[in-house]
Amino acid sequence: MKPKVLTGEHFINGDIACAEGAIAAGCTFFGAYPITPATEVAERMSERLPDVCGVFIQMEDEIAAMTSILGAAWTGVKTMTATSGPGFSLMMETVGLSVVTETPCVVVNVQRGGPSTGLPTMGAQADMMQAKWGSHGDYEIIAIAPSSPQEMFDLTIEAFNLSEKYRVPVFIMSDEVVGHMSEKVVIPEAKEIKTIARIKPRGRKDQFKPFQPEENGVPPMPAIGDGYNVHVTGLTHDEQGYPVMSVEAQKDMMGRLLSKIRDNLDDIIRTEEYLLDDADIVIVSYGVSARTAFTAVDMAREMGIRVGLLRLITVWPFPEEMIRDLSKRVKGFVTVEINMGQISREVQRCVGSNVPSYLVGHAGGTVITPDEVINLIKEVFMVTNHHCINK
Amino acid sequence: MAKANQKVHPLEELIRTERLPHIWCPGCGVGTVFSACLSAIQETGIDHKKFTMISGIGCSGRGAGYVKLDSFHTTHGRAIPFASGIKMANPSLNVIVFSGDGDLFAIGGNHFIHAARRNMDITVICINNFIYGMTGGQVAATTPHMDRSATTPYGNPETPFNLPLMAYASGATYVARWTMIHSRDLTDSFVEAINHRGFSFIEVLSPCPINYGRRNKIKSLNMLKMFADNTIIKNNADPAQLDIDFKKGIVLGKFVDIDKPTPDENYEKICAMRE
Ligand SMILES: Cc1ncc(C[n+]2csc(CCOP(=O)(O)OP(=O)(O)O)c2C)c(N)n1
Ligand code: SF4
Ligand SMILES: [Mg+2]
Repeated sequence: MKPKVLTGEHFINGDIACAEGAIAAGCTFFGAYPITPATEVAERMSERLPDVCGVFIQMEDEIAAMTSILGAAWTGVKTMTATSGPGFSLMMETVGLSVVTETPCVVVNVQRGGPSTGLPTMGAQADMMQAKWGSHGDYEIIAIAPSSPQEMFDLTIEAFNLSEKYRVPVFIMSDEVVGHMSEKVVIPEAKEIKTIARIKPRGRKDQFKPFQPEENGVPPMPAIGDGYNVHVTGLTHDEQGYPVMSVEAQKDMMGRLLSKIRDNLDDIIRTEEYLLDDADIVIVSYGVSARTAFTAVDMAREMGIRVGLLRLITVWPFPEEMIRDLSKRVKGFVTVEINMGQISREVQRCVGSNVPSYLVGHAGGTVITPDEVINLIKEVFMVTNHHCINK
Repeated sequence: MAKANQKVHPLEELIRTERLPHIWCPGCGVGTVFSACLSAIQETGIDHKKFTMISGIGCSGRGAGYVKLDSFHTTHGRAIPFASGIKMANPSLNVIVFSGDGDLFAIGGNHFIHAARRNMDITVICINNFIYGMTGGQVAATTPHMDRSATTPYGNPETPFNLPLMAYASGATYVARWTMIHSRDLTDSFVEAINHRGFSFIEVLSPCPINYGRRNKIKSLNMLKMFADNTIIKNNADPAQLDIDFKKGIVLGKFVDIDKPTPDENYEKICAMRE
């Protein structure tokens, strides 16, 4: 039997690190359905959960896997599932249920090339918009993009904390490369790992309203059997949790579901800046592509081009304000991502007509090289905007 | 609080009275089956806090909305995987799935088969009204051959499921069928099913006068008369002989009652045995 937190230095891949992060965060229920390149997360969880008195179950499909973790979450435990594109598509129905019933859970998407069965063993970052918009209706979720096995560990813990705090599904938008690459992962002492526990209701049980928010916009959440007799529905509901089919009820419920995220952006959004202070050109990137971007920044600097990087650790909610502010003082943006233009559209939307914004993308199956980024920067900015270089 | 001269409904403790009136049409069978289920919960004598009810979507699926327990109205077809997650995460709970034939056997059919195979320790109550009631009477996987529905205006070209056979073949360890007019047998059966360890399934034939009866020219009372006159109680009948045919007579009763360990028990044992 292994301890909950495997303190020490390990040489493991991202999928395994993700599973270890989940166990360290206190996850005790995993609903699975195998799919490359996320299977190792499930395999590791099946091995490790018994160590922490947790439960692993392989369901009949991803719809069931995702639904089982919501049911389990209402017994008061932290839950997770992991998948890739085709399974992520099947989970979308239940993502909506998680959002509207405010059921915390963590969903890992180790992205591969799509659409459909696509490139099972080869990476991509083409489900980024699906993470935001894949289920029907308006909603806000949180999506995090780890760039390394170490971050698969660290950010999985972060994902659980955010999910418990805001009662939303949190997506770990990894990719095949990060999932399958092995690197050094340092797991700290258990006492150094900060975990957040779900807020439980207090006060009179007969007067409890399960969807009445506290100050941060989030209602406390009882578990089945606590004696609150909660009713939880996917229909539009009031603070009591009862269905109400009206324009006002929809407005009130939606308003809070959106604002509990939109009003807490400072607490939720994480970014990393690299040489942004004097940058003329900003690379925006995330996940495995951010690794490419770091190298590209260094190469550009060596050539005397002032390039900086804004790495999105949280991709959703999107750091709009930050990009809008940057667009007032820089000469242009380049988004680096393994898709044909997804987050680059968000960047473009924030930048508007202030400065030009470009994509260095790829249809999927391999990483983007720093040369591709440099070539675009040279081509676009040195020709059309050469005054911005070496001013 | 009831006034002194007002009689308290015996099931009031288990009903969200503030949500009444309910949505079910006059002559609908769902309410009767729902009451039988609540009576059964009372009769078990088990602490109400140890119960939870899960529904999918449909008229039958509104059950979870009226029961005063921790109750979940999930998505169409997904009540069983939601319930399975609950049961595996907290095996001390009695988990009841209350839903319709369309919900459990069309969109949710695969989940049903697998939960039965696992012998997941939950109680599944299926209200079989032979139709998709809530959406206005479209053909279901339970609609008899040649019957009319909103999407089989000239008659149903397909054959319906024999639900107890499917449950049995999939691995269910308790299988019964009743109609909503057999309310005593129904309640007894629910009590047995709740106390049963493992996957228990009760099919309850129930009228939908609005969206099934009307199109097939079966008056409300005639439907109930068919439930009384054209049914035979035959416990332990061969599940293969349970096709629904009102002309031949429909077999009711308890068909399967097997004791077998459940996945939560097995999982715990296996984990305890590991090195
Ligand atoms: C994914 C999805 N597809 C379709 C529907 C529409 N829908 C609502 S209830 C229902 C059928 C319910 O039939 P049944 O389970 O037999 O319940 P009944 O109303 O007959 O009790 C359908 C198709 C839905 N809510 N969700
Ligand atoms: S439509 Fe049919 S099943 Fe639905 S409430 Fe009316 S009678 Fe009952
Ligand atoms: Mg029906």
